[in-house]
Amino acid sequence: MVNPNMSEADYRKSKIKSRIAWGVAIFFACIWLVLTLTPFFFMIINSFRKQFDMLQQGVFHLPDPWFFDNYVNVVSHGFFGYFLRSVIVVAISLVLMLAISAFAAYPLARMSFKLNPFIYALIVAMMSVPMHVTLIPIFKLTTSVGLYDSLGSLIGPYVAFALPMSVFILTAFMKTIPKEVEESAEIDGCNRYQNFFKMILPLSKSGLSTLAIYNGVSMWNEFAFANTLLITPEKKTLPLALGQFKGEHSLDIPIILAVLTLSVLPMITLFIVFQDKLVKGMMAGAVKG
Amino acid sequence: MKNENNIGLAQARAKSTAKAATVFLIPALLLITIYIIYPVIDTFVISGYKWNGISSDRIFIGTENWVSLFKDEMFWKSFKHNLIVMVFSILLQIPMGMLLATFLDAGGKKFNIFKIIWFLPYLMSSVAIAFLFVYALATNGGIVSSLATLIMGKKTTIDLLGTAPNALYTVIGVMAWQFTPFYMVYFIAGYGNIDTSIYEAAIIDGATRWQYIKHIAIPLLGPIFKTACTMSLIGSLKYFDMIWNMTQGGPAGSTELMATYMYKLSFQQFNMGYGSAVAAGMFLLITAIALIFNKVFKVKEEY
Repeated sequence: MVNPNMSEADYRKSKIKSRIAWGVAIFFACIWLVLTLTPFFFMIINSFRKQFDMLQQGVFHLPDPWFFDNYVNVVSHGFFGYFLRSVIVVAISLVLMLAISAFAAYPLARMSFKLNPFIYALIVAMMSVPMHVTLIPIFKLTTSVGLYDSLGSLIGPYVAFALPMSVFILTAFMKTIPKEVEESAEIDGCNRYQNFFKMILPLSKSGLSTLAIYNGVSMWNEFAFANTLLITPEKKTLPLALGQFKGEHSLDIPIILAVLTLSVLPMITLFIVFQDKLVKGMMAGAVKG
Repeated sequence: MKNENNIGLAQARAKSTAKAATVFLIPALLLITIYIIYPVIDTFVISGYKWNGISSDRIFIGTENWVSLFKDEMFWKSFKHNLIVMVFSILLQIPMGMLLATFLDAGGKKFNIFKIIWFLPYLMSSVAIAFLFVYALATNGGIVSSLATLIMGKKTTIDLLGTAPNALYTVIGVMAWQFTPFYMVYFIAGYGNIDTSIYEAAIIDGATRWQYIKHIAIPLLGPIFKTACTMSLIGSLKYFDMIWNMTQGGPAGSTELMATYMYKLSFQQFNMGYGSAVAAGMFLLITAIALIFNKVFKVKEEY
């Protein structure tokens, strides 16, 4: 809309000014684009050549010739094992975490009982506990129950540390579901448990899916617990694969870059498919924070 | 009689509510107790012992670990590094994230490609970023040194990670690369949460898109700004993964943080008693700083 009091010349002037402003903004936007992409570019092109060529040809040259053996090498040295173990741990942890946080959010959002505000505050307060503080006791606990150096050892900590934030977001989400939904279900003879499974849970689907993406990414990338609780290479998850490969090929940079490229690929694919969901998930967190 | 019946009914209902709530809450409370509350308490307990983490004999030494912690120069140096990281994280990541989000919000859908590419670093794990930048910043075959060689026309090396004052600021730069996209999406979400009717009203009143952003949208983002600062603050005080994989706190302890120091003591030197004291100290410092920050900001909001 144009301000009616503006003269023709003023209008043109403001248009030129806005053009220049946009030009400058796009210029800086492109600089940030280059800063973002350069490391990726470095990683991908150098994963397709031999170590010797990398130093010989210069790191910004396109590979000549393109060399695929790094990838063959990485895959034949158990890359998919690491990958598969990460998929298993993340899948089990996510399903458990979503179920348990939905269970917990339901009474907190929709039932009134004496301890409700206290329990809610307790769970929310857990959001700010740094996991590193718990590392030694969890290491101790895991060894004493015999879970040490097994994939099972990761599930408990992964679920527990994702819970506070998820319960917080889901509680807020479930509060927005209108009361009438439950009332009408109750008239139809549903009890609280049926209410939850038949009405509330299906209606929370979009909240749950954003939480799945958000927590899936952080579980997929988790390092500290995995590094502390797993020791055998055949049991390690993907974030540990890098250290493992580096130990075996310490001087071969392109091989490590191939591992890096392969481990980032699934996340990038998922992001491009689900990017709107991800933004929505963060919006849910930003509502009250 | 009828009244009594009603009370009885209400009581029965309250009872069944409490029962249902308990059933629904038990799994979450159980897990949180086992994996968060108990370990935090246990960290304080272990800090009273001399213990290597493996053998069954732990020797109770009272406050000895805590006395050492107060005198431990390395711990306070690490804490200082955490504070430097914290200040620069807040100063770099949040304004930059805000700027990018503002650009995307003003530009609308046609800049989607910027959004997708800008977000990419956040999809990499901290471990992957650490490895990538160790190579990208290497003196031999790294990006920066290769560029310098290209510009100078002769072999030039810029050692960003291998020398003392540089390393910490290099790490801070890499962290900005990693986390700016997170705050960008966060602020995009913030812009998206603003009621569209406010925008429509502003446009009808003759405001340009830019005027709307400057005078209406940004002031409305205040609370989100505060949350972003709190997240950045806590995040940088407990930072671990990337530093551990990139420098292990080196060279010569110049990038040592509280968490890497704790990890080194506990899982490399197997001095878990003292490691627990460091962890507990870290917990107290983070909690205190977060509380102070929240208090200061609350006071500011009232004016």
